[in-house]
Amino acid sequence: MMRGRLIRRLFGSAMTGATYGAAVLAILPLAVILGMLLVKGAGSLDWNFFTKSAVPVGEAGGGFAHAIMGTLIIVGLACAVGVPIGVAIGIFLAEFGGGRLGFAVRFIADVLNGVPSIVIGIFAWTWLVKPMGHFSALAGGIALGMILVPILARTTEEMVRLVPNSLREAALALGYQRWRTSLQVVVRTASAGIVTGCLVAVARVAGETAPLLFTALGNQFFSTRIQGPMAALPLQVYLYALGPYDEWHRQAWAGALVLIMLVLALSLVARAVVRAKRQHA
Amino acid sequence: MTDIPVTVLEPAVAPRPTAQERWRGLRTVSRGDVVYRTVLTALALLLPLLVVLIAIELVSNAMPAVSKFGFGFLVHSTWDPVRGEFGALPLIFGTLYSSLVALIIAVPLALGCAVFLTEFAPRWLRTPVATLIELLAAVPSVIYGLWGIFVLIPLLRDHFWPVARPVLRGLPIFSGAFYGPSVLAAGVILAVMVLPYITAVSREVLLAVPPSQREAGLALGATRWETVTTVILPYGRAGIIGAVILGLGRALGETMAVTMVIGNRHEVSASLLQPGYTIAAAIANEFSEAVSDMHLSALFMIGAVLFIITIAANTLARVLVWRVARGSAVGSTAI
Repeated sequence: MMRGRLIRRLFGSAMTGATYGAAVLAILPLAVILGMLLVKGAGSLDWNFFTKSAVPVGEAGGGFAHAIMGTLIIVGLACAVGVPIGVAIGIFLAEFGGGRLGFAVRFIADVLNGVPSIVIGIFAWTWLVKPMGHFSALAGGIALGMILVPILARTTEEMVRLVPNSLREAALALGYQRWRTSLQVVVRTASAGIVTGCLVAVARVAGETAPLLFTALGNQFFSTRIQGPMAALPLQVYLYALGPYDEWHRQAWAGALVLIMLVLALSLVARAVVRAKRQHA
Repeated sequence: MTDIPVTVLEPAVAPRPTAQERWRGLRTVSRGDVVYRTVLTALALLLPLLVVLIAIELVSNAMPAVSKFGFGFLVHSTWDPVRGEFGALPLIFGTLYSSLVALIIAVPLALGCAVFLTEFAPRWLRTPVATLIELLAAVPSVIYGLWGIFVLIPLLRDHFWPVARPVLRGLPIFSGAFYGPSVLAAGVILAVMVLPYITAVSREVLLAVPPSQREAGLALGATRWETVTTVILPYGRAGIIGAVILGLGRALGETMAVTMVIGNRHEVSASLLQPGYTIAAAIANEFSEAVSDMHLSALFMIGAVLFIITIAANTLARVLVWRVARGSAVGSTAI
């Protein structure tokens, strides 16, 4: 601290400016990616894109209808599996999670959150695809559901914890049993938050590709049969991006644009609601 | 005098319950409560069960490769599915190398962002900027990959490298010809992808630093920047290291984007300009086209290695973060 005061202050200002720069640099990729998606993808979004499935190379037209449908079905399956379990675990953590078991489950949820999705993918393959003998959208949905559970458990826990204790005490004082207090007062109060937590989690798994590679596999044809291979938006984007044809690349950009609009819409809506909720609580 | 039977009347009022009995009465739970708690507990036990199941499946499927190649699997670099020879060194090296490059780029930026968001940014700017950075984590991996192939790689090859070449060509990490798909491209993409995680967690760590620490630093005459470097960052050091390790865990397991830009070549090369390969990328590319049971088993073995590394990294990171920001669900809101 022997440096002159002016130098110290100038250095401080320079470094403060540098943190502004870091923030700008961090946001830049988001702007660039969104910009590129709009520039390269928007031109290919037409009626065919949403209504037609893939066509053989060389033929004009063709679209992503099968992939969009596939993503909706697979994500729907993931929700059917993951949402009830994830939310229930979240309620457990908030209501009974004070003890050693709660600590352990919370910890495992966090650790499971960091397990690479490709590992979940090969696990789903050995556990579901291999015994069933064929690739299926069902296995893909369950794989995504497994990713959903730990995320949802943690967000639900936080939302339930935000409910003021006085509400719980009031219900108990009125003679409500604990389980009714928990479900009909506490969880119900937190329900908006829980729903938004679900939206954020769904937004995350909707963009997952790796767990679907060996489960849903992908499909060039329109299919709604959950016991068979099915296309999904991320899988289709992956396939077309690596393909050699310009037409495929063009459609990959358009597919990516649809995917990111879906994901960003879900997470932005969710974030807005959570923020409003927090300010009330 | 005959004896008149005397009936002793029960006292009309029950004896006052002792404090202990009243307490017990309050503690009795209805059957509904027991069912509720049991069901939730049973569901909660599914999570540990899932981790155990994953571990068992990975290890049991990896057993043939483990017994055939043993420890040598991790240090040999031949990967020849046709001849049935498997060594995972290039995969492990590539995974660690690309993640290291990512961290070298992302950590200073992420710390800068976290400091900006907690110390320097005007209050009205904090939430929007934090949200935008968090949105980076919401972008699907495959979109980063697409962007990497068609934007980042051409940018690095046609604009960055011609300018940087005269300066950097002497360094061994920049040797050889640069065609595009490379460890460098993967590192840059990974840096963008882990940045939001490191930023979000270190921001929460910095927020948990008590204001009195800040005030003490300022009161001793430090500038705000000096307070950051001498008081706030050291106070949150363990948590920040945790945030970085959390980011590392993400980078190690990232699959799609890396697969699309790293070039997928089984070779150990120190040069950032050369193609490489990672564990996750190899699984993604080869798993559904495995030519033999041994090939599949080898893929399971590297999968198990990846699983163990990421579990260890995450455990360490959580412990470190919890030491600073105890109780808050660090990171989970942001992610």
